[in-house]
Amino acid sequence: MSRAREIIVAKNLGFNYAGAKKPAIQGVNLSISEDEFILLTGPSGCGKTSLCRCLNGLIPNFYQGEWTGELMVDGLDVTTQPTSELSRRVGYVFQNPENQLFALTVEKDIAFGPENLGFSRDEIRERVDVAMKITGTSALKELAPYELSGGQQQRVALAGVLAMKPSVIVLDEPTSFLDPHTAEEVMRAADDLRRELGLTIVVVEHRLDLVARYAERIVVMDGGKIVADGNLGQVLDEQFDMLEGLGVGVPRVSLLWSMLRRDGLVSGKVPTHVEDAASALSGMMSD
Amino acid sequence: MITLEHVSFRYSSGYLALHEIDLSIQGGDFVAIMGENGAGKTTLAKHLNGLLKPSQGRVLVDGEDTRKVSVAHLARKVGLVFQNPDHLLFSETVKDEVAFGLKNFGFSPEVVEKQVGRTLEALGLAEYADKSPFLLSGGERKRVALASILASEPDYLILDEPTIGQDYQQKERLRNFILQLYSQGKAVVMITHDVEFVAESNPKVILLSKGQIVGKGSADSVLSRDEMVNRASLVKPQMSRLFGELTKYGLPRDVVDVHRARILLEDKLGEVKAPVAQNP
Ligand SMILES: Nc1ncnc2c1ncn2[C@@H]1O[C@H](COP(=O)(O)OP(=O)(O)OP(=O)(O)O)[C@@H](O)[C@H]1O
Ligand SMILES: Nc1ncnc2c1ncn2[C@@H]1O[C@H](COP(=O)(O)OP(=O)(O)O)[C@@H](O)[C@H]1O
Ligand SMILES: [Mg+2]
Ligand SMILES: [Mg+2]
Repeated sequence: MSRAREIIVAKNLGFNYAGAKKPAIQGVNLSISEDEFILLTGPSGCGKTSLCRCLNGLIPNFYQGEWTGELMVDGLDVTTQPTSELSRRVGYVFQNPENQLFALTVEKDIAFGPENLGFSRDEIRERVDVAMKITGTSALKELAPYELSGGQQQRVALAGVLAMKPSVIVLDEPTSFLDPHTAEEVMRAADDLRRELGLTIVVVEHRLDLVARYAERIVVMDGGKIVADGNLGQVLDEQFDMLEGLGVGVPRVSLLWSMLRRDGLVSGKVPTHVEDAASALSGMMSD
Repeated sequence: MITLEHVSFRYSSGYLALHEIDLSIQGGDFVAIMGENGAGKTTLAKHLNGLLKPSQGRVLVDGEDTRKVSVAHLARKVGLVFQNPDHLLFSETVKDEVAFGLKNFGFSPEVVEKQVGRTLEALGLAEYADKSPFLLSGGERKRVALASILASEPDYLILDEPTIGQDYQQKERLRNFILQLYSQGKAVVMITHDVEFVAESNPKVILLSKGQIVGKGSADSVLSRDEMVNRASLVKPQMSRLFGELTKYGLPRDVVDVHRARILLEDKLGEVKAPVAQNP
């Protein structure tokens, strides 16, 4: 099996917003391959959004501050590329969807990106239709962004990003505005894109249970630094106390297990999924 | 008490967002409103402080019809924290932002200072007091928006998606703050998609779907019922999914909170373990 190509490589990356007392990110070393699904988490204010802003060049192009280290995205050096080049490769769904929508109708908003890239009318039509279908926004296409609920805005923002067919999609806390069922669907859609088109997915999320089914790898930040990086199940099992101490929203079944393990009532690996916990507990109780 | 009597609401586009809602909220209540994207939750929240007036029916706040009094008058009693924090923030520093409402309500400088300090402390914002709200992270901004409403201690607190951007520790803080408020006799209404937060906070749950109330009850009864959860586009909390698999061992089905789950399993596994230990 050939190893997938590295699409994001950060070496000793750091950024200090102008006037800020301490850097928002520092000493970040990270290497992400094509078609990985990564969960990025850590306490509020730890630097997740700032790291994502680097990935599509918002930092250092739109934010003043001091940059250190290197960052290559899809073979491009972020510090020397125009943001237009980066933004077609890295689709970014902002933490706050409203800041992302500006056209008069939903349909026009989704078409905006592909139009700017100069595609044919048919190609634009096709991209917009597919994006609306995946995100369940077809019924909203005539509406103005301000007529949408928070979650509907979030979906439209995602559709706009999908229509660009980027190689990396960054979703910054997408589920906070989405109802749980839709959140699940959006995660599944992202995972389908990853498997079918080889996209790289980076999801920032506090609640691990919402993403655990799709993300194989977890990257944990604290105080601007990466403090854990590895297989999600393994990091949960081996560094459970550290994660809990940081205030990471570990899955409730994992928390339950670790409490029972501390009581000496169960042993073995901390489960990540409900089914694993259910079968382990059933096994013990039917003995 | 806030009472909604047969409230329907139609946006000027013609869209019927609320349909015949009957609801009452009083001091000491802690209510979670849940439901799918577009269900009408935010529209409902804006009716509670008079930002929107019903197209049909009426909303009474302590007996006053929201159509007959100003939003400014209602703001002293009903505090609404918007879903999007940026709708509320405009001051140069976090401290000023949180002080703004209090000053507006005419509190003395000493009271303002005390309340600002207390609220920033409670929400873990003290270190940001002199920073600009716009230079904060999303979760921090959301907490500033919360603080600016909480500081004036309105009788009715309406929180639209308060856990957005919050890590688990911040959620714990928020939960404690809410608990303190309703045990002091305030009413807290939160709109949220965060089923695990609801499962651990145990409010009364109201399910809204397509502009109508489709279910009501305690968090454990509502969140452990498939038909209710599906109808409102929710997903069951993990504990409820786990205990759904364990009923054949005599464990209850309606468990949503991890701490209750722990106690039940400690008893159960303790029973199972004891004879095994005696029987090498
Ligand atoms: N200004 C407006 N004009 C016309 N329609 C609107 C307006 N605001 C909201 N709507 C519509 O009313 C319905 C209810 O919206 P509301 O914002 O109350 O939903 P919500 O339950 O808060 O959803 P979410 O969970 O996504 O925030 C939606 O279908 C939305 O499209
Ligand atoms: N535009 C900005 N200017 C200055 N400081 C900022 C800016 N945006 C974020 N910060 C600060 O940088 C730190 C990291 O923020 P952020 O990356 O948004 O965190 P997260 O997404 O993990 O919550 C925080 O301390 C925040 O206050
Ligand atoms: Mg963020
Ligand atoms: Mg809403």
